[in-house]
Amino acid sequence: MSKRIQANDVDVYYGTFKAVEGVNIDIAPRTVTAFIGPSGCGKTTFLRSINRMHEVLPGAHVEGELLLDGENIYASNVDPVRVRSQIGMVFQRPNPFPTMSIRDNVLAGYKLNGTRLSKARADEIVETSLRGANLWNEVKDRLDKPGSGLSGGQQQRLCIARSIAVQPDVILMDEPCSALDPISTLAVEDLINEMKEQYTVIIVTHNMQQAARVADKTAFFNIQGVGEPGKLIEFDETNTIFNNPSNQQTEDYVSGRFG
Amino acid sequence: MSTPAPATARESSASLRGSRAGSAGDSIFSGLALASAVVILLVLAFVAIFLVSEALPAIRPGADLDSPVDSFFEYVWPLMAGTVMAAIIALLLATPVAVGVALFISHYAPPRIAKPVGFVIDLLAAIPSVVYGVWGWLTLAPLMVPIYGWLNEHLGFIPFFAGAPTTTGRTLLTSGIVLSVMVLPIITALCREIFTQTPILHQEAALGLGATRWEMIKMTVFPFARAGIVSSIMLGLGRALGETMAVTMVLSGGIFSWSLIQSGRNQTIPSEIALNFPEAFGMRLNELIAAGLMLFIITLAVNMIARAIVNKHKEFSGAN
Repeated sequence: MSKRIQANDVDVYYGTFKAVEGVNIDIAPRTVTAFIGPSGCGKTTFLRSINRMHEVLPGAHVEGELLLDGENIYASNVDPVRVRSQIGMVFQRPNPFPTMSIRDNVLAGYKLNGTRLSKARADEIVETSLRGANLWNEVKDRLDKPGSGLSGGQQQRLCIARSIAVQPDVILMDEPCSALDPISTLAVEDLINEMKEQYTVIIVTHNMQQAARVADKTAFFNIQGVGEPGKLIEFDETNTIFNNPSNQQTEDYVSGRFG
Repeated sequence: MSTPAPATARESSASLRGSRAGSAGDSIFSGLALASAVVILLVLAFVAIFLVSEALPAIRPGADLDSPVDSFFEYVWPLMAGTVMAAIIALLLATPVAVGVALFISHYAPPRIAKPVGFVIDLLAAIPSVVYGVWGWLTLAPLMVPIYGWLNEHLGFIPFFAGAPTTTGRTLLTSGIVLSVMVLPIITALCREIFTQTPILHQEAALGLGATRWEMIKMTVFPFARAGIVSSIMLGLGRALGETMAVTMVLSGGIFSWSLIQSGRNQTIPSEIALNFPEAFGMRLNELIAAGLMLFIITLAVNMIARAIVNKHKEFSGAN
Protein backbone atom coordinates (compact mmCIF):
# COMPACT_ATOMS: atom_id res chain seq x y z
CA MET A 1 0.00 0.00 0.00
CA SER A 2 2.98 2.25 0.54
CA LYS A 3 3.81 4.66 -2.27
CA ARG A 4 6.65 6.91 -3.36
CA ILE A 5 6.40 10.71 -3.24
CA GLN A 6 8.36 12.83 -5.69
CA ALA A 7 8.32 16.58 -5.93
CA ASN A 8 9.59 18.34 -9.05
CA ASP A 9 10.16 22.08 -8.76
CA VAL A 10 7.25 22.62 -6.39
CA ASP A 11 6.40 26.22 -5.49
CA VAL A 12 3.73 26.83 -2.86
CA TYR A 13 1.82 30.13 -2.72
CA TYR A 14 -0.49 31.95 -0.34
CA GLY A 15 -2.26 34.22 -2.79
CA THR A 16 0.62 36.05 -4.48
CA PHE A 17 3.11 35.33 -1.69
CA LYS A 18 5.50 32.53 -2.54
CA ALA A 19 5.98 30.60 0.71
CA VAL A 20 8.04 27.69 -0.56
CA GLU A 21 10.23 27.65 -3.65
CA GLY A 22 11.67 25.02 -5.90
CA VAL A 23 11.38 21.86 -3.82
CA ASN A 24 12.82 18.72 -5.40
CA ILE A 25 12.61 15.66 -3.22
CA ASP A 26 12.22 11.93 -3.64
CA ILE A 27 10.72 10.07 -0.69
CA ALA A 28 10.92 6.29 -0.85
CA PRO A 29 8.07 4.05 0.25
CA ARG A 30 8.25 2.40 3.69
CA THR A 31 10.49 5.06 5.16
CA VAL A 32 10.10 7.76 7.75
CA THR A 33 11.16 11.18 6.55
CA ALA A 34 11.44 14.14 8.90
CA PHE A 35 11.14 17.78 7.81
CA ILE A 36 13.08 20.07 10.12
CA GLY A 37 13.87 23.76 10.02
CA PRO A 38 13.21 27.05 11.79
CA SER A 39 9.70 28.47 12.20
CA GLY A 40 8.24 29.93 9.04
CA CYS A 41 10.57 28.00 6.74
CA GLY A 42 7.66 26.39 4.91
CA LYS A 43 8.00 22.80 6.08
CA THR A 44 4.40 22.56 7.26
CA THR A 45 3.20 24.42 4.18
CA PHE A 46 5.02 21.97 1.93
CA LEU A 47 3.69 19.02 3.97
CA ARG A 48 0.13 20.29 3.54
CA SER A 49 0.63 20.58 -0.20
CA ILE A 50 1.45 16.86 -0.39
CA ASN A 51 -2.18 15.91 0.26
CA ARG A 52 -3.66 19.06 -1.24
CA MET A 53 -4.78 20.38 2.16
CA HIS A 54 -2.90 23.59 1.45
CA GLU A 55 -5.41 24.76 -1.13
CA VAL A 56 -8.25 24.67 1.44
CA LEU A 57 -7.22 28.19 2.40
CA PRO A 58 -8.60 30.88 0.08
CA GLY A 59 -6.08 31.92 -2.54
CA ALA A 60 -3.57 29.19 -1.68
CA HIS A 61 -2.18 27.23 -4.61
CA VAL A 62 0.71 25.07 -5.74
CA GLU A 63 2.83 25.07 -8.89
CA GLY A 64 5.02 22.26 -10.12
CA GLU A 65 4.65 18.49 -10.07
CA LEU A 66 3.96 16.26 -7.09
CA LEU A 67 4.02 12.62 -8.02
CA LEU A 68 2.44 9.81 -6.03
CA ASP A 69 4.00 6.67 -7.52
CA GLY A 70 4.47 8.57 -10.76
CA GLU A 71 0.98 10.05 -10.89
CA ASN A 72 0.82 13.84 -10.63
CA ILE A 73 -1.66 14.69 -7.86
CA TYR A 74 -1.91 18.24 -9.18
CA ALA A 75 -2.99 17.14 -12.67
CA SER A 76 -6.17 18.91 -13.73
CA ASN A 77 -8.29 15.76 -13.72
CA VAL A 78 -7.35 14.77 -10.17
CA ASP A 79 -9.94 15.22 -7.44
CA PRO A 80 -8.31 16.59 -4.26
CA VAL A 81 -10.83 14.62 -2.22
CA ARG A 82 -9.46 11.34 -3.65
CA VAL A 83 -5.89 12.48 -2.97
CA ARG A 84 -6.70 13.18 0.67
CA SER A 85 -8.32 9.81 1.16
CA GLN A 86 -5.09 8.14 -0.02
CA ILE A 87 -2.70 10.42 1.82
CA GLY A 88 -3.71 10.58 5.46
CA MET A 89 -2.84 13.41 7.77
CA VAL A 90 -2.28 13.74 11.51
CA PHE A 91 -2.44 17.30 12.78
CA GLN A 92 -0.47 19.30 15.27
CA ARG A 93 -3.20 19.26 17.85
CA PRO A 94 -5.26 16.13 18.43
CA ASN A 95 -8.59 16.59 16.66
CA PRO A 96 -10.91 13.63 17.11
CA PHE A 97 -14.47 14.45 16.09
CA PRO A 98 -15.99 15.53 19.42
CA THR A 99 -19.51 14.53 18.45
CA MET A 100 -18.51 10.96 17.63
CA SER A 101 -17.70 8.01 19.83
CA ILE A 102 -14.21 6.49 19.77
CA ARG A 103 -15.50 3.73 17.52
CA ASP A 104 -17.16 6.14 15.09
CA ASN A 105 -14.02 8.24 14.98
CA VAL A 106 -12.02 5.26 13.77
CA LEU A 107 -14.67 4.40 11.18
CA ALA A 108 -15.14 8.00 10.02
CA GLY A 109 -13.12 7.48 6.84
CA TYR A 110 -15.23 4.50 5.82
CA LYS A 111 -18.40 6.44 6.43
CA LEU A 112 -17.12 9.01 3.95
CA ASN A 113 -16.31 6.44 1.31
CA GLY A 114 -19.87 5.25 1.58
CA THR A 115 -18.59 1.72 2.23
CA ARG A 116 -21.21 -0.47 3.86
CA LEU A 117 -19.54 -2.44 6.60
CA SER A 118 -20.93 -5.46 8.37
CA LYS A 119 -20.84 -5.22 12.15
CA ALA A 120 -18.12 -7.88 12.30
CA ARG A 121 -15.98 -6.17 9.64
CA ALA A 122 -16.39 -2.80 11.37
CA ASP A 123 -15.40 -4.33 14.72
CA GLU A 124 -12.35 -5.85 13.05
CA ILE A 125 -11.29 -2.54 11.51
CA VAL A 126 -11.77 -0.73 14.82
CA GLU A 127 -9.68 -3.28 16.67
CA THR A 128 -6.86 -3.49 14.11
CA SER A 129 -6.63 0.26 13.75
CA LEU A 130 -6.65 0.89 17.49
CA ARG A 131 -4.11 -1.88 18.03
CA GLY A 132 -2.05 -0.35 15.24
CA ALA A 133 -2.13 2.92 17.13
CA ASN A 134 -1.26 1.21 20.44
CA LEU A 135 -4.52 2.41 21.91
CA TRP A 136 -6.68 -0.71 21.95
CA ASN A 137 -5.95 -1.83 25.50
CA GLU A 138 -6.69 1.61 26.89
CA VAL A 139 -10.04 2.14 25.20
CA LYS A 140 -11.49 -1.27 24.38
CA ASP A 141 -14.00 -1.02 27.23
CA ARG A 142 -15.29 2.42 26.28
CA LEU A 143 -15.52 2.44 22.51
CA ASP A 144 -18.92 4.12 22.70
CA LYS A 145 -17.69 7.04 24.80
CA PRO A 146 -16.81 10.32 23.07
CA GLY A 147 -13.28 10.58 21.72
CA SER A 148 -12.91 13.99 23.32
CA GLY A 149 -12.95 12.38 26.77
CA LEU A 150 -9.50 10.84 26.24
CA SER A 151 -6.21 12.41 27.32
CA GLY A 152 -4.25 14.44 24.79
CA GLY A 153 -1.85 11.63 23.97
CA GLN A 154 -4.68 9.14 23.63
CA GLN A 155 -6.57 11.55 21.40
CA GLN A 156 -3.57 11.90 19.13
CA ARG A 157 -3.21 8.13 18.88
CA LEU A 158 -6.95 7.97 18.15
CA CYS A 159 -6.34 10.39 15.28
CA ILE A 160 -3.55 8.14 14.03
CA ALA A 161 -5.89 5.14 14.27
CA ARG A 162 -8.46 7.13 12.29
CA SER A 163 -5.87 7.82 9.59
CA ILE A 164 -4.58 4.27 9.29
CA ALA A 165 -8.07 2.74 9.40
CA VAL A 166 -8.63 3.60 5.74
CA GLN A 167 -5.20 2.15 4.84
CA PRO A 168 -3.72 5.17 3.09
CA ASP A 169 -0.56 5.05 0.96
CA VAL A 170 1.18 7.84 2.80
CA ILE A 171 0.74 9.36 6.26
CA LEU A 172 1.68 12.98 6.86
CA MET A 173 2.24 14.16 10.41
CA ASP A 174 2.39 17.82 11.26
CA GLU A 175 4.27 18.12 14.56
CA PRO A 176 2.17 15.29 16.01
CA CYS A 177 3.85 15.43 19.43
CA SER A 178 4.09 19.15 20.02
CA ALA A 179 1.00 19.16 22.26
CA LEU A 180 1.90 15.96 24.12
CA ASP A 181 3.78 15.12 27.30
CA PRO A 182 7.05 13.11 27.08
CA ILE A 183 5.41 9.74 27.80
CA SER A 184 2.74 10.21 25.15
CA THR A 185 5.42 11.46 22.79
CA LEU A 186 7.36 8.25 23.33
CA ALA A 187 4.23 6.21 22.61
CA VAL A 188 3.65 8.08 19.35
CA GLU A 189 7.32 7.76 18.32
CA ASP A 190 7.25 4.00 18.92
CA LEU A 191 4.16 3.92 16.79
CA ILE A 192 5.85 5.83 13.96
CA ASN A 193 8.64 3.25 13.95
CA GLU A 194 6.10 0.46 13.53
CA MET A 195 4.12 2.34 10.92
CA LYS A 196 6.95 2.51 8.42
CA GLU A 197 6.59 -1.21 7.83
CA GLN A 198 3.35 -0.45 6.03
CA TYR A 199 3.30 3.22 5.13
CA THR A 200 5.37 6.05 3.83
CA VAL A 201 5.54 8.41 6.80
CA ILE A 202 6.48 12.07 6.58
CA ILE A 203 6.75 14.00 9.82
CA VAL A 204 7.29 17.68 10.46
CA THR A 205 9.01 18.29 13.77
CA HIS A 206 10.63 21.09 15.68
CA ASN A 207 12.35 18.62 17.90
CA MET A 208 15.65 17.57 16.38
CA GLN A 209 16.10 14.69 18.81
CA GLN A 210 12.77 13.39 17.65
CA ALA A 211 13.87 13.57 14.02
CA ALA A 212 17.04 11.73 14.94
CA ARG A 213 15.06 9.07 16.80
CA VAL A 214 12.37 8.30 14.27
CA ALA A 215 13.49 9.32 10.80
CA ASP A 216 15.43 7.33 8.20
CA LYS A 217 15.95 10.45 6.14
CA THR A 218 15.75 14.10 7.09
CA ALA A 219 15.05 17.18 5.02
CA PHE A 220 16.23 20.56 6.25
CA PHE A 221 14.26 23.63 5.15
CA ASN A 222 15.43 27.17 5.65
CA ILE A 223 14.36 30.71 4.97
CA GLN A 224 16.65 33.58 3.97
CA GLY A 225 14.63 36.33 5.65
CA VAL A 226 11.15 37.69 6.25
CA GLY A 227 9.12 37.78 3.03
CA GLU A 228 11.50 35.38 1.30
CA PRO A 229 10.30 31.92 0.26
CA GLY A 230 11.44 28.88 2.22
CA LYS A 231 13.69 26.40 0.44
CA LEU A 232 14.73 22.81 0.82
CA ILE A 233 18.39 23.09 1.75
CA GLU A 234 19.47 19.52 2.21
CA PHE A 235 17.90 16.08 2.10
CA ASP A 236 19.88 13.04 3.15
CA GLU A 237 20.13 10.12 5.55
CA THR A 238 19.29 11.31 9.06
CA ASN A 239 22.76 10.34 10.30
CA THR A 240 24.43 12.39 7.62
CA ILE A 241 22.25 15.43 8.26
CA PHE A 242 23.01 15.44 11.97
CA ASN A 243 26.63 14.32 11.96
CA ASN A 244 28.11 15.26 8.64
CA PRO A 245 25.92 17.71 6.74
CA SER A 246 27.25 18.97 3.45
CA ASN A 247 25.63 22.41 3.71
CA GLN A 248 26.85 25.07 6.12
CA GLN A 249 23.28 26.22 6.95
CA THR A 250 22.32 22.71 7.95
CA GLU A 251 25.38 22.39 10.11
CA ASP A 252 24.62 25.69 11.84
CA TYR A 253 21.03 24.65 12.49
CA VAL A 254 21.63 21.13 13.80
CA SER A 255 24.50 22.25 15.97
CA GLY A 256 22.37 25.01 17.51
CA ARG A 257 24.46 27.88 16.16
CA PHE A 258 21.54 29.10 14.14
CA GLY A 259 19.89 32.53 14.59
CA MET B 1 10.98 49.25 72.57
CA SER B 2 10.84 45.74 71.20
CA THR B 3 13.02 44.48 68.41
CA PRO B 4 11.99 45.68 64.97
CA ALA B 5 11.77 42.17 63.48
CA PRO B 6 8.27 41.24 64.81
CA ALA B 7 6.93 44.57 63.64
CA THR B 8 8.11 43.88 60.10
CA ALA B 9 6.57 40.44 60.22
CA ARG B 10 3.26 41.88 61.38
CA GLU B 11 3.36 44.45 58.65
CA SER B 12 3.97 41.96 55.85
CA SER B 13 1.24 39.62 57.07
CA ALA B 14 -1.11 42.58 57.27
CA SER B 15 -0.42 43.37 53.62
CA LEU B 16 -1.56 39.84 52.72
CA ARG B 17 -4.81 40.31 54.60
CA GLY B 18 -5.73 43.67 53.09
CA SER B 19 -7.39 43.86 49.70
CA ARG B 20 -5.50 44.70 46.55
CA ALA B 21 -6.21 47.95 44.74
CA GLY B 22 -8.88 47.27 42.10
CA SER B 23 -10.75 44.69 44.13
CA ALA B 24 -13.54 47.23 44.63
CA GLY B 25 -14.30 46.98 40.90
CA ASP B 26 -14.57 43.23 41.27
CA SER B 27 -17.20 43.41 44.00
CA ILE B 28 -19.10 46.21 42.22
CA PHE B 29 -19.27 44.16 39.07
CA SER B 30 -20.41 40.98 40.79
CA GLY B 31 -23.03 43.05 42.58
CA LEU B 32 -24.24 44.50 39.28
CA ALA B 33 -24.40 41.07 37.68
CA LEU B 34 -26.38 39.71 40.61
CA ALA B 35 -28.75 42.69 40.52
CA SER B 36 -29.40 42.20 36.80
CA ALA B 37 -30.19 38.53 37.34
CA VAL B 38 -32.55 39.36 40.19
CA VAL B 39 -34.31 42.07 38.17
CA ILE B 40 -34.94 39.67 35.28
CA LEU B 41 -36.42 37.08 37.63
CA LEU B 42 -38.55 39.71 39.36
CA VAL B 43 -39.95 41.03 36.09
CA LEU B 44 -40.75 37.52 34.95
CA ALA B 45 -42.38 36.75 38.28
CA PHE B 46 -44.51 39.91 38.16
CA VAL B 47 -45.68 39.13 34.63
CA ALA B 48 -46.53 35.57 35.65
CA ILE B 49 -48.37 36.73 38.79
CA PHE B 50 -50.34 39.32 36.81
CA LEU B 51 -51.27 36.77 34.13
CA VAL B 52 -52.36 34.13 36.61
CA SER B 53 -54.32 36.44 38.89
CA GLU B 54 -56.12 38.16 36.02
CA ALA B 55 -56.72 34.88 34.21
CA LEU B 56 -58.10 32.96 37.19
CA PRO B 57 -61.66 34.32 37.03
CA ALA B 58 -61.95 33.04 33.45
CA ILE B 59 -60.17 29.72 33.93
CA ARG B 60 -62.05 28.79 37.14
CA PRO B 61 -64.53 25.96 36.52
CA GLY B 62 -68.08 27.31 36.26
CA ALA B 63 -66.89 30.79 35.36
CA ASP B 64 -69.57 32.96 33.80
CA LEU B 65 -67.83 33.56 30.50
CA ASP B 66 -68.54 36.43 28.18
CA SER B 67 -68.05 34.33 25.05
CA PRO B 68 -70.85 31.94 24.10
CA VAL B 69 -69.00 28.81 25.23
CA ASP B 70 -69.33 26.37 28.14
CA SER B 71 -65.76 26.52 29.38
CA PHE B 72 -62.66 28.60 28.92
CA PHE B 73 -60.87 25.67 27.35
CA GLU B 74 -63.51 25.45 24.65
CA TYR B 75 -62.86 29.09 23.87
CA VAL B 76 -59.10 28.92 23.90
CA TRP B 77 -58.15 25.65 22.21
CA PRO B 78 -58.93 26.80 18.64
CA LEU B 79 -56.78 29.86 19.28
CA MET B 80 -53.94 27.74 20.65
CA ALA B 81 -54.19 25.40 17.67
CA GLY B 82 -54.16 28.33 15.24
CA THR B 83 -51.16 29.91 16.96
CA VAL B 84 -49.16 26.70 16.94
CA MET B 85 -50.11 25.87 13.35
CA ALA B 86 -49.04 29.29 12.07
CA ALA B 87 -45.75 29.04 13.98
CA ILE B 88 -45.07 25.53 12.69
CA ILE B 89 -45.70 26.62 9.10
CA ALA B 90 -43.33 29.54 9.61
CA LEU B 91 -40.57 27.34 11.05
CA LEU B 92 -40.98 24.59 8.46
CA LEU B 93 -40.52 27.15 5.71
CA ALA B 94 -37.88 29.30 7.38
CA THR B 95 -35.53 26.74 8.97
CA PRO B 96 -34.19 25.04 5.82
CA VAL B 97 -33.78 28.37 4.06
CA ALA B 98 -32.12 29.95 7.08
CA VAL B 99 -29.68 27.08 7.59
CA GLY B 100 -28.92 27.11 3.87
CA VAL B 101 -28.29 30.85 3.79
CA ALA B 102 -26.18 30.65 6.95
CA LEU B 103 -24.07 27.86 5.42
CA PHE B 104 -23.72 29.80 2.20
CA ILE B 105 -22.44 32.80 4.13
CA SER B 106 -20.15 30.84 6.44
CA HIS B 107 -18.76 28.13 4.17
CA TYR B 108 -19.57 28.56 0.50
CA ALA B 109 -19.63 32.18 -0.58
CA PRO B 110 -16.44 34.13 -1.22
CA PRO B 111 -16.12 36.92 1.40
CA ARG B 112 -17.09 39.73 -0.98
CA ILE B 113 -20.46 38.06 -1.62
CA ALA B 114 -21.00 36.68 1.88
CA LYS B 115 -20.86 40.10 3.54
CA PRO B 116 -23.63 41.78 1.47
CA VAL B 117 -25.86 38.70 1.68
CA GLY B 118 -25.49 38.65 5.45
CA PHE B 119 -26.23 42.36 5.59
CA VAL B 120 -29.41 42.01 3.53
CA ILE B 121 -30.63 39.17 5.75
CA ASP B 122 -29.96 41.28 8.84
CA LEU B 123 -31.95 44.10 7.22
CA LEU B 124 -34.99 41.81 7.09
CA ALA B 125 -35.01 41.92 10.89
CA ALA B 126 -35.09 45.71 10.84
CA ILE B 127 -38.35 45.96 8.88
CA PRO B 128 -41.23 46.80 11.25
CA SER B 129 -43.82 44.06 11.57
CA VAL B 130 -46.62 46.39 10.45
CA VAL B 131 -44.82 46.70 7.10
CA TYR B 132 -44.73 42.91 6.81
CA GLY B 133 -48.44 42.93 7.64
CA VAL B 134 -49.29 45.38 4.86
CA TRP B 135 -47.05 43.51 2.41
CA GLY B 136 -48.66 40.19 3.29
CA TRP B 137 -52.16 41.61 3.04
CA LEU B 138 -51.84 43.66 -0.14
CA THR B 139 -49.10 41.89 -2.11
CA LEU B 140 -48.57 38.33 -0.97
CA ALA B 141 -52.21 37.37 -0.31
CA PRO B 142 -53.50 38.11 -3.86
CA LEU B 143 -50.46 36.30 -5.32
CA MET B 144 -51.26 33.23 -3.26
CA VAL B 145 -54.90 32.92 -4.41
CA PRO B 146 -54.18 30.94 -7.63
CA ILE B 147 -51.67 28.77 -5.74
CA TYR B 148 -54.31 27.90 -3.15
CA GLY B 149 -56.69 27.04 -5.97
CA TRP B 150 -54.08 24.71 -7.45
CA LEU B 151 -53.31 23.13 -4.07
CA ASN B 152 -57.00 22.53 -3.45
CA GLU B 153 -57.50 21.02 -6.89
CA HIS B 154 -54.55 18.62 -6.74
CA LEU B 155 -53.96 18.01 -3.04
CA GLY B 156 -57.47 18.64 -1.76
CA PHE B 157 -57.59 15.17 -0.21
CA ILE B 158 -55.11 16.38 2.43
CA PRO B 159 -57.12 18.09 5.22
CA PHE B 160 -54.77 21.09 5.10
CA PHE B 161 -55.84 21.92 1.54
CA ALA B 162 -59.49 20.88 1.78
CA GLY B 163 -62.58 23.05 1.45
CA ALA B 164 -63.42 25.94 -0.85
CA PRO B 165 -60.21 27.92 -1.31
CA THR B 166 -60.02 31.58 -0.39
CA THR B 167 -60.69 34.40 -2.83
CA THR B 168 -58.73 36.99 -0.83
CA GLY B 169 -55.67 34.92 0.10
CA ARG B 170 -55.89 36.05 3.72
CA THR B 171 -55.42 32.61 5.24
CA LEU B 172 -53.41 30.96 7.97
CA LEU B 173 -50.94 29.69 5.35
CA THR B 174 -50.32 33.23 4.08
CA SER B 175 -49.79 34.34 7.68
CA GLY B 176 -47.35 31.46 8.15
CA ILE B 177 -45.41 32.52 5.07
CA VAL B 178 -45.20 36.13 6.28
CA LEU B 179 -44.08 34.87 9.69
CA SER B 180 -41.43 32.68 8.05
CA VAL B 181 -39.90 35.73 6.38
CA MET B 182 -39.92 37.49 9.74
CA VAL B 183 -38.17 34.68 11.64
CA LEU B 184 -35.69 34.01 8.82
CA PRO B 185 -33.13 36.65 9.89
CA ILE B 186 -33.21 35.49 13.51
CA ILE B 187 -32.44 31.88 12.66
CA THR B 188 -29.95 32.82 9.93
CA ALA B 189 -27.95 35.23 12.06
CA LEU B 190 -27.58 32.77 14.94
CA CYS B 191 -26.78 29.79 12.73
CA ARG B 192 -24.20 31.79 10.80
CA GLU B 193 -22.44 32.78 14.02
CA ILE B 194 -22.31 29.20 15.21
CA PHE B 195 -21.27 27.76 11.86
CA THR B 196 -18.30 30.11 11.63
CA GLN B 197 -17.24 29.07 15.13
CA THR B 198 -16.80 25.43 14.18
CA PRO B 199 -13.15 24.71 15.04
CA ILE B 200 -10.94 24.73 11.93
CA LEU B 201 -9.16 21.78 13.51
CA HIS B 202 -12.22 19.56 13.17
CA GLN B 203 -13.02 20.78 9.68
CA GLU B 204 -9.47 19.98 8.57
CA ALA B 205 -9.70 16.57 10.22
CA ALA B 206 -12.68 15.76 8.03
CA LEU B 207 -11.10 17.20 4.87
CA GLY B 208 -7.85 15.35 5.64
CA LEU B 209 -9.78 12.07 5.70
CA GLY B 210 -11.03 12.77 2.19
CA ALA B 211 -14.36 14.41 2.92
CA THR B 212 -16.02 16.62 0.33
CA ARG B 213 -17.13 20.02 1.55
CA TRP B 214 -20.68 18.84 2.13
CA GLU B 215 -19.46 15.74 3.99
CA MET B 216 -17.21 17.93 6.08
CA ILE B 217 -20.20 20.09 6.96
CA LYS B 218 -22.28 17.05 7.89
CA MET B 219 -19.46 15.57 9.97
CA THR B 220 -18.25 18.61 11.82
CA VAL B 221 -20.30 21.77 11.33
CA PHE B 222 -23.79 20.37 11.95
CA PRO B 223 -22.91 18.26 14.98
CA PHE B 224 -21.01 21.18 16.47
CA ALA B 225 -23.85 23.62 15.76
CA ARG B 226 -26.67 21.27 16.79
CA ALA B 227 -27.53 22.93 20.09
CA GLY B 228 -27.21 26.34 18.49
CA ILE B 229 -29.51 25.43 15.61
CA VAL B 230 -32.13 24.20 18.09
CA SER B 231 -31.80 27.40 20.13
CA SER B 232 -32.07 29.59 17.05
CA ILE B 233 -35.21 27.73 15.96
CA MET B 234 -36.63 28.25 19.45
CA LEU B 235 -35.94 31.97 19.27
CA GLY B 236 -37.62 32.04 15.87
CA LEU B 237 -40.52 30.08 17.31
CA GLY B 238 -40.86 32.61 20.11
CA ARG B 239 -41.13 35.36 17.55
CA ALA B 240 -43.60 33.40 15.41
CA LEU B 241 -45.81 32.51 18.38
CA GLY B 242 -45.89 36.03 19.71
CA GLU B 243 -46.11 38.01 16.49
CA THR B 244 -49.25 40.13 16.61
CA MET B 245 -49.34 42.90 14.07
CA ALA B 246 -48.47 41.03 10.89
CA VAL B 247 -50.87 38.19 11.61
CA THR B 248 -53.65 40.57 12.62
CA MET B 249 -53.37 42.37 9.29
CA VAL B 250 -52.91 39.34 7.07
CA LEU B 251 -55.26 36.81 8.58
CA SER B 252 -58.97 37.02 8.18
CA GLY B 253 -59.67 34.86 11.19
CA GLY B 254 -62.54 32.72 12.38
CA ILE B 255 -63.39 29.26 13.69
CA PHE B 256 -60.86 26.44 13.85
CA SER B 257 -60.30 24.40 10.72
CA TRP B 258 -57.58 22.04 9.54
CA SER B 259 -57.74 23.78 6.20
CA LEU B 260 -54.96 26.31 5.75
CA ILE B 261 -56.29 27.75 2.51
CA GLN B 262 -59.65 29.12 3.59
CA SER B 263 -60.38 32.65 4.73
CA GLY B 264 -62.44 33.28 7.82
CA ARG B 265 -60.83 30.26 9.49
CA ASN B 266 -58.45 29.96 12.42
CA GLN B 267 -57.08 32.66 14.65
CA THR B 268 -53.94 33.10 16.73
CA ILE B 269 -53.81 34.13 20.38
CA PRO B 270 -51.83 37.39 19.94
CA SER B 271 -54.03 38.46 17.06
CA GLU B 272 -57.22 37.60 19.00
CA ILE B 273 -56.02 39.66 21.94
CA ALA B 274 -55.02 42.61 19.74
CA LEU B 275 -58.32 42.63 17.88
CA ASN B 276 -60.54 42.39 20.96
CA PHE B 277 -58.61 44.11 23.69
CA PRO B 278 -59.62 47.73 22.93
CA GLU B 279 -63.31 46.97 23.52
CA ALA B 280 -62.95 44.34 26.20
CA PHE B 281 -63.98 44.85 29.82
CA GLY B 282 -65.01 42.68 32.75
CA MET B 283 -64.97 38.95 32.10
CA ARG B 284 -63.98 39.40 28.45
CA LEU B 285 -60.77 41.05 29.61
CA ASN B 286 -60.06 38.07 31.90
CA GLU B 287 -60.67 35.70 28.99
CA LEU B 288 -58.16 37.50 26.81
CA ILE B 289 -55.54 37.63 29.55
CA ALA B 290 -56.10 33.95 30.21
CA ALA B 291 -55.50 33.34 26.51
CA GLY B 292 -52.25 35.26 26.93
CA LEU B 293 -51.38 32.98 29.83
CA MET B 294 -51.89 29.97 27.57
CA LEU B 295 -49.45 31.50 25.06
CA PHE B 296 -46.97 31.97 27.90
CA ILE B 297 -47.35 28.32 28.84
CA ILE B 298 -46.91 27.13 25.24
CA THR B 299 -43.69 29.11 24.88
CA LEU B 300 -42.40 27.85 28.21
CA ALA B 301 -43.18 24.24 27.32
CA VAL B 302 -41.52 24.52 23.91
CA ASN B 303 -38.39 26.00 25.44
CA MET B 304 -38.18 23.26 28.03
CA ILE B 305 -38.53 20.59 25.37
CA ALA B 306 -35.78 22.25 23.36
CA ARG B 307 -33.55 22.35 26.44
CA ALA B 308 -34.16 18.66 26.99
CA ILE B 309 -33.27 17.85 23.37
CA VAL B 310 -30.04 19.80 23.62
CA ASN B 311 -29.08 18.28 26.97
CA LYS B 312 -29.69 14.75 25.80
CA HIS B 313 -26.64 14.95 23.56
CA LYS B 314 -24.49 16.94 25.94
CA GLU B 315 -21.71 14.37 26.20
CA PHE B 316 -21.13 14.51 22.46
CA SER B 317 -21.66 18.24 22.05
CA GLY B 318 -18.02 19.11 21.53
CA ALA B 319 -18.09 21.42 24.51
CA ASN B 320 -16.04 19.01 26.59
